[in-house]
Amino acid sequence: MFKGSPKSVMTVAFVILGVLTLSSGIAAMMQRNLVHCALSLSITLAGLAGLYLQLDAQFVGFAQILIYVGAVAILIVFAILLTRENEPGSQSRYISNGYLGFGLALALFAVIGGAIVSSKTLGRGQVPAPEATVRQLGDQLMTRYVLPLEVLGLLLTVALIGAVIIAMQEKESKSPGGTK
Amino acid sequence: MTPLHGYLLISAMLFAIGLGGAITRRNAIIVLIGIELMLNAANLNFIAFWRFGPNPEALTGIVFVIFSIAVAAAEAAVGLGLIISIYRHYKTANVDQIDSMKG
Repeated sequence: MFKGSPKSVMTVAFVILGVLTLSSGIAAMMQRNLVHCALSLSITLAGLAGLYLQLDAQFVGFAQILIYVGAVAILIVFAILLTRENEPGSQSRYISNGYLGFGLALALFAVIGGAIVSSKTLGRGQVPAPEATVRQLGDQLMTRYVLPLEVLGLLLTVALIGAVIIAMQEKESKSPGGTK
Repeated sequence: MTPLHGYLLISAMLFAIGLGGAITRRNAIIVLIGIELMLNAANLNFIAFWRFGPNPEALTGIVFVIFSIAVAAAEAAVGLGLIISIYRHYKTANVDQIDSMKG
């Protein structure tokens, strides 16, 4: 898709998408209002979809927009609205010894980033864009990966039925007994 | 600094952001959002290694990411169902107030 485009254009688009993704990711983790967190999360996921399109993975990019920005973000907003706190803003957003967590995340990034930057096996530079049409992908999914696909369908069915049962369990047990 | 380095650094940074949020925020839904961010960082790694890897015609990275997205969707559904159930029981979604099993 971007085979003929010059390198500088790809770099500019990469920087824009990367800054958008990371800054909205930080916003999703640090804002006080939970709905703002969910909206920042959807911006992060859309930026990731743009990065997938930059990497010539068209199907995954559009599936990311459909599933994450379309479905998961809406699901999270619904869950936020269903679990509203009674007294918002009266206590801290973070757990009592949260600085340990920040330190751990920073240390993890330092370790992984140092490993990436100092790695010598990663440098292959520009490679020609691979062909990944949806037709090839469907062929693979229907021949080589057909058993994992069926298992995945079973997993999704079980998980969704289980989620409904978990979410409605309290009301079922409260109505006949009445005592805890 | 090849393009693969850039993508891997973005992925590592996103993973660190998700981890930092998931282990420091008090609200259970934000913890779940952090876990989603970490899963997406792993997916970005898969796509980047597929794109710049030795034989991209095998489509292994793309198929793995599709499966990973589906499993993450199942995880989000079950996780949010659990959070709603816990909220009904404890009337809170703060992870440090749900301490019935604390010894």
